[in-house]
Amino acid sequence: MREEMVRDETVFVLGEDIGARGGVFLATDGFLEEFGSERVIDTPLAESSIAGVAMGAAMHGMRPIAEIEFADFIWPVFNQVVGEAARARYGTDGKMHVPMVLRAPYGGGIRGGLFHSQSPEAYFAHTPGLKVVAPATPYDAKGLLKAAIRDDDPVVFLEHKRTYRLVKGEVPDGDYTLPIGRADVKIAGDDVTVVTYGLMLHHCAEAARALADDGIGVELIDLRTLRPLDGETVLNSARKTGRLLIVHEDTMALGIGAEISAIVAEHAFDHLDAPVRRLAGPEVPPMPFSPPLEAEFMISSEQIAGAIRELAAY
Amino acid sequence: MAFQVELPQVGESVTEGVIGKWLVAEGDRVRKYDPLVEVITDKVNMEMPSPVSGVIARIVAQEGETLPMGAVIAEIDADEGEVAAAPLSPADTLGSLVQGLAVGPTGAANVPQASPTAPPAGGRNSPAVRRLAEQHGVDLSQVRGTGIGGRVTRKDIESHIESGGPGEATGDGAGDRRIPVTPIRKMIAANMVRSASEIPHVWFTVEVDVTGLVALREAVKERFRADSGHPITYLAFAVSAAAGALRAHSMVNARWDGDEITLRGRVNIGIAVATPDALIVPVIRDADRLTVAELASEIDRLTGAARSGSLKTEDVQGGTFTVNNTGALGWVSSGPLIVPGQAAIITTESVVKRPVVLGDESIAVRSMMNLCMSFDHRLLDGANAGAFLQAVKTSLEAIGPDTSPDSRLGAE
Repeated sequence: MREEMVRDETVFVLGEDIGARGGVFLATDGFLEEFGSERVIDTPLAESSIAGVAMGAAMHGMRPIAEIEFADFIWPVFNQVVGEAARARYGTDGKMHVPMVLRAPYGGGIRGGLFHSQSPEAYFAHTPGLKVVAPATPYDAKGLLKAAIRDDDPVVFLEHKRTYRLVKGEVPDGDYTLPIGRADVKIAGDDVTVVTYGLMLHHCAEAARALADDGIGVELIDLRTLRPLDGETVLNSARKTGRLLIVHEDTMALGIGAEISAIVAEHAFDHLDAPVRRLAGPEVPPMPFSPPLEAEFMISSEQIAGAIRELAAY
Repeated sequence: MAFQVELPQVGESVTEGVIGKWLVAEGDRVRKYDPLVEVITDKVNMEMPSPVSGVIARIVAQEGETLPMGAVIAEIDADEGEVAAAPLSPADTLGSLVQGLAVGPTGAANVPQASPTAPPAGGRNSPAVRRLAEQHGVDLSQVRGTGIGGRVTRKDIESHIESGGPGEATGDGAGDRRIPVTPIRKMIAANMVRSASEIPHVWFTVEVDVTGLVALREAVKERFRADSGHPITYLAFAVSAAAGALRAHSMVNARWDGDEITLRGRVNIGIAVATPDALIVPVIRDADRLTVAELASEIDRLTGAARSGSLKTEDVQGGTFTVNNTGALGWVSSGPLIVPGQAAIITTESVVKRPVVLGDESIAVRSMMNLCMSFDHRLLDGANAGAFLQAVKTSLEAIGPDTSPDSRLGAE
């Protein structure tokens, strides 16, 4: 974000506690001093106005990065983003568009309980006119965030809270972007395709490494972008292995996994050698507070390994 | 009204049947008792009659599929008034309709709870496997499956093709032809594998001087055929001699049951009959109570029925011992496999004229026949098996010009 703000004067950030406090996860630590209060705006605790202000600024030539402190509080934004921003280009016959980024830390496994653990991606990914990005590694996060900032349309940029401190990786200095809408094959393999995103990528990778010792070759695909989905990468892999597992922390019904599964069923049916399987959060409204229950809600690498094993043996 | 056609109980101790050829197609109108489908059990084909009149709505069971008795094999849209007598199927009650369906706590989906990677039912092949099989002309029954429950996986078929399966095969496989295995052939294969792998076989041969039998048969055969309409065969004499000996040697007419041995109360002798594509063993019931003449008639009836495919289920069930006339094939010696569930099998070999040294040290031309026996060494030993075959030999050698076809051999 800093590099983009240096590079482009129209880029600015706004959100709760992002200025003097540097953001709840310190994503904008030091920004206020560096860029001043005109470009680093502490907002009132009113998410719909954060999005509304950002959308208005974007329509008038700015490139705002609006931060929702926790994705759990993104629902008041729903109308601004889904009802307005996503339709602006179409509704004005292309005369107006909304180059804004809506950053939101999401996901569980951090003892956040009911109101600091949600995964809202499926709601936004359903909406034509939006882009939804959910990177899993530091390298991808930087390249995709830059691409999101430079994109001329609204991008919901979801950052899994547990990856903030848990995951470390090389990030090159300097400018680079990664294409939105392109998945990444993180591990190549021939036996079972595993499609995932966000924190689950790391659990899946752990499972894949464990299974490699048993001679089961996992092809691990990180979607990185949830809308538009990179069907081509998924289909190529599914055609190669004939066996597909989709893993996400978000609940299962009508989720990202359902869409992936449908795409594969429609376009790679003749290559499937086993039923498509999904591992996803249970059909329970919130992430529980109780640590054992939270652990039960989250998908473990052991569960993932078990599901891959079953698919490989099918 | 939909009527579910179930695989009927077709005989004692029969727990499953193989679906042979469907004689009707979906949409066909059938009358009650019209033949619906061939069902193969225990080496016999039977045509199953329709239990109701109506229209075939759906054929559920695939040809070649092995199903337990009571399994639904088809659905018939029955004519009005037809189904009143038929019992309600369990699915007609609401309770059982929702059985096995799990509704998540939030009602997200109404789907069966079973894991999608549970073993597939009924040996279905995945789309990938079907596509590859079609492209390369692979007969899936020839591919060894390594997946769950023996399922053929995509890798299995790929390595099958790579290893020079059919299609445009070159080299050693060029010109090979693959033919599907018929259900009855599969059943024979399974029985023979079971016999060869489970039963410790011992086989041996005795020589029988059948000069008297040959003379008697030559003397009576024309008149016998004229009178009864049936040929009188060596097999009838052999079966009669075996039946008589079985009564005296009950351990040969027995079954190994693991913890105990069952001495069979009846003497039911199976005779092996070759048909163009299979081997069928129809059973002569209570062979020990029949005369040679009666045995000859029964053998003629059963072999005719076996060759025309009109055997009834009971004609092939309940055998306690088997006699196989391999002499008809020109053989002089064989080591037959025992039918699982029996203790022994004997074969009657070709009758050949040979110089034989007689008791008075003279050499004479005699009609000789080998009698071979395989016995299950779990319940029989050389001594009692040998005594049995010796008794058969003695009966056959005792036949003289005065022996009547209306007698029973070896009977006290």
